[in-house]
Amino acid sequence: MEQQHTHIWEERIPGGCHWSGIVRRGTTLRLTDVEGGANAAVLFYNQEEKLERYNMADTLKSQHTFRLTKGHAFHSDMGRIFCCMTADTIGWHDTVCGMSDAGLIQQQYGVARYQEHRNQMFRSGLDGMLIELGKWGLGVRDVVSNVNFFSKVTATATGKLVFHIGNSKAGDYVDLSFEMDTLMVLSAAPHPLDPADTYRPGPVSLAASTTLPMAAEACARIAENMRGLHNTRRLYACGRGAA
Amino acid sequence: MSAQDLTESRLDPNLAVVDEICAAGEPWAKLVKKGHILRIVDLEGNQAVDTLFFNAARSVERYSATDTIRRQNRLYLTTGSKLYSNLSNVMLTIVADTCGRHDTLGGACAAESNTVRYALDTYPMHSCRDSFLHALAHDPVCEQLGLTKRDLPSNINFFMNVPVTEAGGLEFVDGVSAPGKYVEMRAEMDVVVLISNCPQLNNPCNGYNPTPIRLLVWNPTAA
Repeated sequence: MEQQHTHIWEERIPGGCHWSGIVRRGTTLRLTDVEGGANAAVLFYNQEEKLERYNMADTLKSQHTFRLTKGHAFHSDMGRIFCCMTADTIGWHDTVCGMSDAGLIQQQYGVARYQEHRNQMFRSGLDGMLIELGKWGLGVRDVVSNVNFFSKVTATATGKLVFHIGNSKAGDYVDLSFEMDTLMVLSAAPHPLDPADTYRPGPVSLAASTTLPMAAEACARIAENMRGLHNTRRLYACGRGAA
Repeated sequence: MSAQDLTESRLDPNLAVVDEICAAGEPWAKLVKKGHILRIVDLEGNQAVDTLFFNAARSVERYSATDTIRRQNRLYLTTGSKLYSNLSNVMLTIVADTCGRHDTLGGACAAESNTVRYALDTYPMHSCRDSFLHALAHDPVCEQLGLTKRDLPSNINFFMNVPVTEAGGLEFVDGVSAPGKYVEMRAEMDVVVLISNCPQLNNPCNGYNPTPIRLLVWNPTAA
């Protein structure tokens, strides 16, 4: 019994470009790797109090996981949950490798300035993130360990990292069901460990829809997420209709 | 982690310019000058030492877990590891290590995350973030840099063991550390080191018994 999502808006972010916006609680955002091989570096902030932000360590240790996939929640540094991953056709998303910066892009791909290349210029993950953060009064101090949707990095027993090429295929997607009013910031430049020698980051599409009832149940098999959701609902509780 | 990976130091504690004890559950902050060597000693074993570094001249530059991990392609820290800043510079280099493995992923405990990880009623328990915030409010070294909660990114956990499996699992397990184990690092720029000697009682990172640590700093040109 397929329930109907109510479509709200959509946006296409060309490879290498960046985006930010408020995603309201009760909204599910689908991130799609349109052509395959995309990377979406993402950070989450509480829209009301942006000092509250995504916390890589709390997300990993609360769920006893290194990889992120369906059933995992994205935890804030204040014991709350921004969103739950309620669908995932890929199975592994990285959150420990950070973003490419201008130095890495130049070293790996060379230089392509706006003057010669217009909007095909090479952009770095960090620079895109900082531009978007600047729109909200945020900056370098607010950059913390981010999520890299669509990218898989495993670790050997000694802690050596291995980047998996082709982890995500054209049309692969994740659904994020938001539990908080969230400032989401996204930069679609190459993953810092992507060994490709040509600069060809893939586009990412965003599609927002209303969250289906009980969607958060996907994350509720983890007791820590239940407590995180409890804390989150308290933030929005009021005299009438308290959660 | 075989024995040959461990590197001992030749520095003499009697010649250290700083030799202090940080009690269990307390913060510690200090300016460490470029070229000076900082040693952290796990006096009684299995003590997690949550640590952050800031450029003493420009605090917007700080230790970055993700830069440290991805620039060296390694999750764990030991002798030879460089501790990178968010601005791509090496802040410190680990020059000696008798423990063999230190964590970059576990972050710091906080009252709020304790409610998620253990039980809603753990909120009043002392935590690393409380220690960090206490230091930011009281310590002149931190005050000079104007640091706030906004400046608390992912930290290093010296002596803590958080193994990651190839299948993507991650657990906090009993430490690889033991009484007297230490780690030593050379500052490559003037840094402010901010430590929380972890008070966590709900998991094995401190062997369920937080204990004191010893902190020494040498000026090699004077020693």
